[in-house]
Amino acid sequence: MDQTIHEPRVPRSLAPRAPEAESRLAPLEQRLLDLYQRDFPLCPEPYAEMAHRLGVSEATVLQLLRDLMARGIVGRVGVVFRPGRCGASTLAAMAVPSERLEEVANLVSGFPEINHNYAREDALNLWFVVTAASQEHLKETLGRIATASNLEVHSMPMVETYHVDLGFRLGGH
Amino acid sequence: MTLLVEDLQQVCLIEAIQGGFPLCNRPFREIGTQIGLTEAEVIGMLADLQARGVIKRMGIVVRHHELGYRSNAMVVWDVPDGQAAGIGHRITAFDFISLCYRRRRALPGWPYNLYCMIHGRQRDEVNDQIRRLMVDCRLEPFPHKVLFSNRRFKQRGAFYVAPGTTCEV
Repeated sequence: MDQTIHEPRVPRSLAPRAPEAESRLAPLEQRLLDLYQRDFPLCPEPYAEMAHRLGVSEATVLQLLRDLMARGIVGRVGVVFRPGRCGASTLAAMAVPSERLEEVANLVSGFPEINHNYAREDALNLWFVVTAASQEHLKETLGRIATASNLEVHSMPMVETYHVDLGFRLGGH
Repeated sequence: MTLLVEDLQQVCLIEAIQGGFPLCNRPFREIGTQIGLTEAEVIGMLADLQARGVIKRMGIVVRHHELGYRSNAMVVWDVPDGQAAGIGHRITAFDFISLCYRRRRALPGWPYNLYCMIHGRQRDEVNDQIRRLMVDCRLEPFPHKVLFSNRRFKQRGAFYVAPGTTCEV
């Protein structure tokens, strides 16, 4: 389902335009995302409350969210857990021979414990986040990935976090 | 299970919401129906998980790639552990930084312990931001690497409870 990405190597005018157009936010969409990447109302009718603040109907808010999800811009409406406060997680990396990258990446993505999986430009070229209910389960998952791929898996667990997660800053530079 | 949530009801709630809230008029009532709780109990437990810091954010989860932020760089430094927090807090003052943390080194091959993530629309823009960051946070003396991501294979929320394992009602 995920599309691969591509640093644009084609001149801009020749590149396909659809993704750019799809990623453009209407003013109301931008306001919705600015206001509600956090502080989701914890009340019986949260979408109605959001609608009230935005000055639109609840049906409009629900439709905007469905539409943003269909375009892939919104992954979900829900919670983000604090790593380390719930279960166990780590950032892991592997040095995958380039001809095996696709195969190993798919193998890794196939584990339900993996939520982010990216190729990066380095000798360690595959990076993923592993999340599990317990440390034992986490360790076992890393072991299963190493065995299945026949490659070493390096684990860099979090020690300390310095940012406050306010969601993704839109349009700000 | 070593979740820092004590009771089975909370585990069930986490399982029910980790894929997202339903998009309907009474989402918390609907979640409650799935796991045998009232709407008020669901709201109360979510408030409690939030107050205790298990939930760090509740709301719309945006996928930056689809928004056109396609140049994503992870920058890593090898700094003395004792200086990491001071530098880390300076780094997060920059508005283009989305994540910053200290991680355990993976020695011998990977000596880096300070990580930050930058999402930009263009690679040049991200490289400029990294240069500014290095100067302002006095990071130039420390070994570092910039790892652009050139491909995303998977991005979704974390699943802490394997779906369907615990909480059928």
